[in-house]
Amino acid sequence: MNELKASVLMRHEVGLHARPSVKLTKLAKGFDSRIDLGLSPDGPWVDAKSIVKVMATKAPKDSIIYFRAEGKDAKAALDALVMLVDGDFQNGP
Amino acid sequence: MNENVGIVIVSHSADVARGTAMMVEQMVGHEVPLGWCGGDPDGGLGTNVEAIMAAIDKAWSEKGVAILVDLGGAETNSEMAIEMLPDARRGRVVVCNAPVVEGAVMAATEAASGATLEAVRRTAEELTPV
Repeated sequence: MNELKASVLMRHEVGLHARPSVKLTKLAKGFDSRIDLGLSPDGPWVDAKSIVKVMATKAPKDSIIYFRAEGKDAKAALDALVMLVDGDFQNGP
Repeated sequence: MNENVGIVIVSHSADVARGTAMMVEQMVGHEVPLGWCGGDPDGGLGTNVEAIMAAIDKAWSEKGVAILVDLGGAETNSEMAIEMLPDARRGRVVVCNAPVVEGAVMAATEAASGATLEAVRRTAEELTPV
C-alpha cells in the first residue's frame, strides 16, 4: 500500500504543547492507518498516536508539521490532521 | 458500561488531586471515567484506603482502572485498596509508575481512544526514565 504524505504550517501560539498534542493524538488514534509525524520532510518520525512522543517534539509556533500515513484510511487521516493544525486546533476531538 | 479504562488520581493534597483531575477533564475531555482523592478528613495532607476505594468505584470501568499516585503512602495505600477490592475487580486495577500530573493526562489521552489497561499503563510509564 502506498504511503501518503502531507504537511501544514502550525501557527498555534504556544506550539505543539500539551493541549494541541492531546487533540492531535486523539484525532490520529481515530484512524486505523499508521501515522507518523515529523518536523522535517525526511523525519525523524514519531508515532502520531503516541501522546508522549508527540508532546516530546516540542514543535514551536510556525513549525511545518509533516505527516506520513499508510493504510486504508490514510488519506482521510491526513486530511483531518491537516485541517486540525490549519484550524489552529479549534475543532479537535 | 463505559468502554474506556478509568483513571484515578491519588495525591497527599486534595488541591493537587482536584487540579490534576481538572487538567484531565479540560485537556482530554469527559469520555474517560475519572476519580480522585487527596488529603485527610481534617483538611491536612494524607491519603487513605477508604477514599481510594471510593475513587476506584467512581472511575470503575469493565476495562479496568489505572491509578496515578504521588509519593510513598499514596502508592502503598493504593496497593492496599486494590487488595481489598472484590475478586472480580482486583485484577483489573493497576498503579502506574509515573509522575501524577503528566501521567494522568497521558494515561487519559490513551484511555480516550479505547486502549486496553496495559496500553494505558505503558503510555503513562513512558514518562518514567528507566
